Amino acid sequence: MKLVIAIVQPYKLEDVKQELYAANVNLITVSEVLGHGRQVGVDEYYRGVKETGNLLRKVQLEIAVNEDFVEPTIKAIIKGARTGKIGDGKIFVLDLPRCIRIRTGEEGSKAIG
Amino acid sequence: MGTTPAPVSPINSGDTAWVLTSAALVLAMTAPGLALFYGGMVRRKNVLSMLMQCFMCLSIVSVLWVVYGYSLAFGHSKGFWVPYIGGFDWAMLRGMDPTPMNVNTDYAPTIPHQAYMIFQCMFAVITPALVIGSFAERVKFSAWVWFTVLWLTFAYCPIAHMVWASDGLAGHNWGALDFAGGTVVHMNAGIAGLATALYLGKRIGTDKPGMHNVPFVMIGASLLWFGWFGFNAGSAVESHDGLATSAFVVTNTATAAAAISWAACEWIFAGAPTLVGACSGAVAGLVAITPASGFVNVGGSLWIGLLVSVFCYCMVAFVKPKLGYDDTLDAFGVHYIGGLWGALATGLFAVKAINSAGSGVFDGNPGQFMIQVKACLLTTVYTFTVTLIICFIIDKTIGMRASAEDEVIGIDLSQHHERAYTILD
Repeated sequence: MKLVIAIVQPYKLEDVKQELYAANVNLITVSEVLGHGRQVGVDEYYRGVKETGNLLRKVQLEIAVNEDFVEPTIKAIIKGARTGKIGDGKIFVLDLPRCIRIRTGEEGSKAIG
Repeated sequence: MGTTPAPVSPINSGDTAWVLTSAALVLAMTAPGLALFYGGMVRRKNVLSMLMQCFMCLSIVSVLWVVYGYSLAFGHSKGFWVPYIGGFDWAMLRGMDPTPMNVNTDYAPTIPHQAYMIFQCMFAVITPALVIGSFAERVKFSAWVWFTVLWLTFAYCPIAHMVWASDGLAGHNWGALDFAGGTVVHMNAGIAGLATALYLGKRIGTDKPGMHNVPFVMIGASLLWFGWFGFNAGSAVESHDGLATSAFVVTNTATAAAAISWAACEWIFAGAPTLVGACSGAVAGLVAITPASGFVNVGGSLWIGLLVSVFCYCMVAFVKPKLGYDDTLDAFGVHYIGGLWGALATGLFAVKAINSAGSGVFDGNPGQFMIQVKACLLTTVYTFTVTLIICFIIDKTIGMRASAEDEVIGIDLSQHHERAYTILD
């Protein structure tokens, strides 16, 4: 089992979700995050004094998947999130040793989805 | 030896107190009323742009109005230009010193001339501010400043003159009725909004309002309702013969009816009444009753309020999605359509019993309806054309739309280097 973490532009979230649903990936967690890669942020000023801002809002998705869903999930995220510009985001794939469904107590591949 | 008695000042202290108060109420409609109403409706990363544009509109127009705007709208030109535009006779408020006899007998014979001017100033402030809803989230601030200056000068002042001036084309020559600005303010701003939305095209990645802070929307709508009593009842420019009171009452009634009506539409067509819907209905009601407020009785105001929400709801919920233009915060859908219904309804429901200056179709004056139609057509065609020209000029010189990167990062950060809400602490 794997945990796929994707950081994407907030305004692409809807497209990413639709692509995931089309690939039969329906269980996701979404959170708001701050960060930057090579996309440059903007410095903020308050009454003439510069504060360094520079962090941009992004959206992070976490999706737990069985092995055979890893590539379709990655493909779907890229299809929904890619614009070709700097700032499109990144995908990380982590090993996921255990997964438990709280409601029933099931474990492993059955619990993932 | 006889002496000429000193002339008696025509200034009435009650009228003056009410008009000055009304001017302050109408200011509150722009800042913070409209600012919060619009601010709550955009995405979080663009809220400051709405607040900033309203606040700076108040500032910029306030200065331009006393320098030349009032004179251009209500002053006097010569020859061919007389019905279309004013002159520079009152530039820098020349001839308008605050002496006991200095009143404007054409418009407001019982208050100081400057009181009428500053009251009208707040109308000139809010009209360009209404337009920002249509091009929200995608315009450069520098382009917005130029848009406001040019639009005030070439769209607002001429229409204000044509509809409200004592020698204006639509108001005086044709006999069109517009008590507080259904045509001059709302249809004017609404059609300008449509022009900008069509010229600029859609925002990147979305075609719906962001609605990031619905409580702001309600606070803004409530302040608009509160301030609008100054807008409508203040337009009576008196408080001693009952017309201001009548305007106050019908304003409240129409607005309330419209809020209920929009909530009902939503309940029926969309499953549940929403706060944004109720607030939008109230604003639509305020818009529609504006031209009619000094001419109709409470029965007319109920019809105006109940029906405006039906028309505007259909426009916003059914027509706009089908046609696909991005009038982001519905300046066209609410202000133009609401103002149009209000202007036509004035032609239907105006009664001499309320105001001897206005009589509508149901009062035995069938010709009034076509006069209203003419005035609506004039405003629509003129302002739509002028607005497109202004957009074109700005776009070809400094560029009107923000760059794609700036739009994605957000107008607040890209144009103002400011963030509305801290994130980590």
